[in-house]
Amino acid sequence: MTIAKATSDTSLASLPTEISTNRHVDDVLVECRDVGVYRPSRWLVQGVDMDVSRGKIVTLIGPNGSGKSTIAKIMLGIIKPDTGSVRMKPGIRVGYVPQKLTIDASLPLSVKRLMSLTAKYSDADIETALAATGLAHLVEAGVQQLSGGEFQRALIARAILGKPDLLVLDEPVQGVDFSGEIGLYQLIRDVRDKIGSGILLISHDLHLVMADSDSVVCVNGHVCCQGTPQAVAENPEFARLFGGRAAETLAVYRHHHDHSHLPDGSVQHQDGSTSFELHSHGPHCDHDEEA
Amino acid sequence: MLDDFFIRALLAGIGLAILAGPLGCLIVWRRMAYFGDTMAHAALLGVVLGFLLEINLTLGVFLTALGVALSLLVLQQQKGLSTDALLGILSHSTLALGLVLLALMRWVRVDLMGYLFGDILSVSKTDLAVIAGVLVLVLGLIIWIWRPLLAATVDEELAEAEGLAPVRARFLFMLALAIVIAIAMKIVGILLITSLLVIPAATARRFSKSPEQMAVMASIAGIIAVIGGLSGSLQFDTPSGPSIVVAALLLFLLSRISGLGRSRIPASEKDGFQ
Repeated sequence: MTIAKATSDTSLASLPTEISTNRHVDDVLVECRDVGVYRPSRWLVQGVDMDVSRGKIVTLIGPNGSGKSTIAKIMLGIIKPDTGSVRMKPGIRVGYVPQKLTIDASLPLSVKRLMSLTAKYSDADIETALAATGLAHLVEAGVQQLSGGEFQRALIARAILGKPDLLVLDEPVQGVDFSGEIGLYQLIRDVRDKIGSGILLISHDLHLVMADSDSVVCVNGHVCCQGTPQAVAENPEFARLFGGRAAETLAVYRHHHDHSHLPDGSVQHQDGSTSFELHSHGPHCDHDEEA
Repeated sequence: MLDDFFIRALLAGIGLAILAGPLGCLIVWRRMAYFGDTMAHAALLGVVLGFLLEINLTLGVFLTALGVALSLLVLQQQKGLSTDALLGILSHSTLALGLVLLALMRWVRVDLMGYLFGDILSVSKTDLAVIAGVLVLVLGLIIWIWRPLLAATVDEELAEAEGLAPVRARFLFMLALAIVIAIAMKIVGILLITSLLVIPAATARRFSKSPEQMAVMASIAGIIAVIGGLSGSLQFDTPSGPSIVVAALLLFLLSRISGLGRSRIPASEKDGFQ
């Protein structure tokens, strides 16, 4: 895994960072401005500003109950916001993998039929999508017979089958084994690079988030900070939200792939104690603001 | 041929069973059996309103069933009470209200048993024409909204996100259900309508590999139940509605017994691992 985008982070370290200002308006698939959702007695989210553009992966991170899924549903038009506005580019195709989906046992539904749930596709397209998610051998299986990980793969295959302009994935790899996870994230990158979809991803896997995302939005009822993965990792709001460990993880991760920032130049991967040490060196590497 | 009351009842029942197949499957998949029951129970109130307002009884039943479905939608928005509890309230209070009002309307003499349990003798040529029209209309409607309905059955939000307008589909589904309940009243009776929707669908489940196949199989199971039940009703002089439901039940039990031997390893799994 390589990242080819970790260069101009120093200018983006302040919060909240808006990285979309220099893009063409045409590329924005969906955007929300100052969006809030109120449910009796509390705001689920408030003051959310963000957008998803063609060919970009935007990742939402945040603690449980921070409103990640709510924001995804606002962007998709499932939840109508009580304040602010959402604008989706008209006529775009949308693919969605919801966080939770159960199919009643009384519904006879094969994996193949699940693929054509919201639109009709050719057998060849269906087989290609299933092969890409490693499910080619389960085409005729009933969806209720699949394991949790297999079912997630099927849902991802279904969502990318229509070559969506906008792809929204709410914890898509839950229940998928570790080696499968890497393959699926590779697939998601491919969808961005080959189909050019704009992707909104909700994920807990901070390592992969850092590697794949063009932009990270850190939420906790509101947008705490957003910007490039680097900018978010270095943001004090992020460290406060996720605790020091997460910040370390991100910092170490970044250093592993950006050796010029390493003060001692050593390459010691996947070692807990070393990581801690490396992190304590981290702030000295490239920060001016936090001093 | 249509002068024979039995032939008329048979044709009406078959028309009803064809519609009940796909609608019943959707009810089973969406776990809406109690909802269908509630709409059906409201039908008696519809009969009463029909008498009071001097409009066609079938129309009265249709409007009342639809009204109850819509009130439920409104009540659901307010949260606080579960759908289950709301249905319990609506279902039996509309039935009770219908019975009380009917008793108060002393100038109206009706065969209550006929409404509650069906009356094959009452199917007229006009009814047949109405059923034929409804059959074409509702079947066309179901086919038209099948994909959104099925997608929303799997996941309403998914259907919404991918642009399939599930709310409209659900409304049209309720409309179709209200129509079917209105015409089913004479065949199986208010208290037994839901069984004609649910039992054939449950029977079809074992023999089906796709949703569409299950819908067709449910229609076929319903047709067999109607023919068997009405024949039995004629033979043994039993009420038509309960006879059809008993026939449907026998068919369901038969499907379970015949399936026992070969259902241990589903065919698809065998294919997958060999």
